[in-house]
Amino acid sequence: MKSYLNAIRAVIWKDLTAEWRTRENLSAMLVFALLVILIFNFALELDIQAQESLSAGVLWATFIFAGTIGLNRSLAVEKDRGCLDGLLLAPVDRSVIYFGKAIGNLIFMLLVEIIVLPVYSFLYQVPVFQPGFLLVVVLGSIGYVAVGTLLATMVIQARTRDILLPILLFPLSLPVIIAAVKASQGFLLMVPLTEISAWLNLLIVYDLIFTAAAFMVFDFVVEE
Amino acid sequence: MNEKPNLLTILDVVAGLMILVAAGLVFFYVPVEVMMGSVQKVFYFHVATAWVGMLGFLVAAIAGVVYLRKGNLLWDIAGNGAVEISLIFFLTAIVLGSIWARPIWNTWWTWEPRLTTAAIVELIYAAYLLLRQGVDDPERRARFSAIYAIFGFFSVPLTFISIRMLRTIHPVVIGSAEAASQGGFNMDSPMKLTFFFSLAAFTVFFADLLWHRIRLGQLRAEVDVLRIDSYSKGE
Repeated sequence: MKSYLNAIRAVIWKDLTAEWRTRENLSAMLVFALLVILIFNFALELDIQAQESLSAGVLWATFIFAGTIGLNRSLAVEKDRGCLDGLLLAPVDRSVIYFGKAIGNLIFMLLVEIIVLPVYSFLYQVPVFQPGFLLVVVLGSIGYVAVGTLLATMVIQARTRDILLPILLFPLSLPVIIAAVKASQGFLLMVPLTEISAWLNLLIVYDLIFTAAAFMVFDFVVEE
Repeated sequence: MNEKPNLLTILDVVAGLMILVAAGLVFFYVPVEVMMGSVQKVFYFHVATAWVGMLGFLVAAIAGVVYLRKGNLLWDIAGNGAVEISLIFFLTAIVLGSIWARPIWNTWWTWEPRLTTAAIVELIYAAYLLLRQGVDDPERRARFSAIYAIFGFFSVPLTFISIRMLRTIHPVVIGSAEAASQGGFNMDSPMKLTFFFSLAAFTVFFADLLWHRIRLGQLRAEVDVLRIDSYSKGE
């Protein structure tokens, strides 16, 4: 068990080091996320009144678009430079690679969110810094990344890999998106916790089911 | 295996007859519902096609599991065939539902849980076909589409629950008291007979189509082998 965790940590560490040296994935996600918010600002005419009810939706759409870019890039790099084969040659369980990549992607997504949230809160005076809201952000990101990492690993092996990830990922991650939007909206509008807890449960159930399912089938995705 | 099996021919005839009888029952036998009039008759085929759609997606998920365990490409052909057939049936169910909804709900479409889920299900399985198109290696294509079929089938109930937690006006015909205000109704026995016969007819029809589709897939695989053989002989 200890060596398993060490192996996962090695995969995560490799991703973080590589990213730290170029910073190309994270900066692309971040700039993209800010651009999406800018576009929403004009498309929806987000003023202080409108943003009350729309903020949660705008934020999640931003996270999801930026997340897709990050997922695609994180796995495409492995494929292009032949690193995936190297990873597969390592004498560890294949699921180590899945969890390593997934946690790495989760860290990137959370970093983007950590930067986007204060900016958004500064622009629209939205009270995002409450434990409940931040919990929803983490839970939603976990579910999205759990499915996204698996699908991205599939997609990079396909001929149409540049366009396929959002098409496959969006319909499957819809329960996460709906639950995350409703739960974060609830926290932003100060709805009592009893009305939000059902959405939180749904998020947790989704995270558990899909992480477990991805763990079970990952071997088949990387099999040669 | 190139010969069409006799049993399949029999199944063709039975499926055709059953669909004809079901249509006959709907048009000539079953009474017109008092509140909604003749548009309610769409219901019999609407539920039957939706049922066949869901059945096909279930078959695809099961075929996916079996393929991942056994590795026999026959299961891949079956899963792909089931998805293709079910996409058409499910779309038919949505269109039939729209025809019914126009006079009853006074709108072609509403963002109600079942309708929204149906639209998302169509998109999931359209994505399934796109995924298959993008992968050339048959084994890899089979593995990926098996996984996607399983994941798709897992996500559908969660999607449905999540949308249902908002609000619903879709009638629950069987076993609901307050449904009448939303266009629900109670079925008397000719209605029940027609309803269950339509379900049976479409299920047989689905099995028949799926069998044809599997045979088509097998024949295509054979043609591919013959083609490669003829190239390697230098013709």
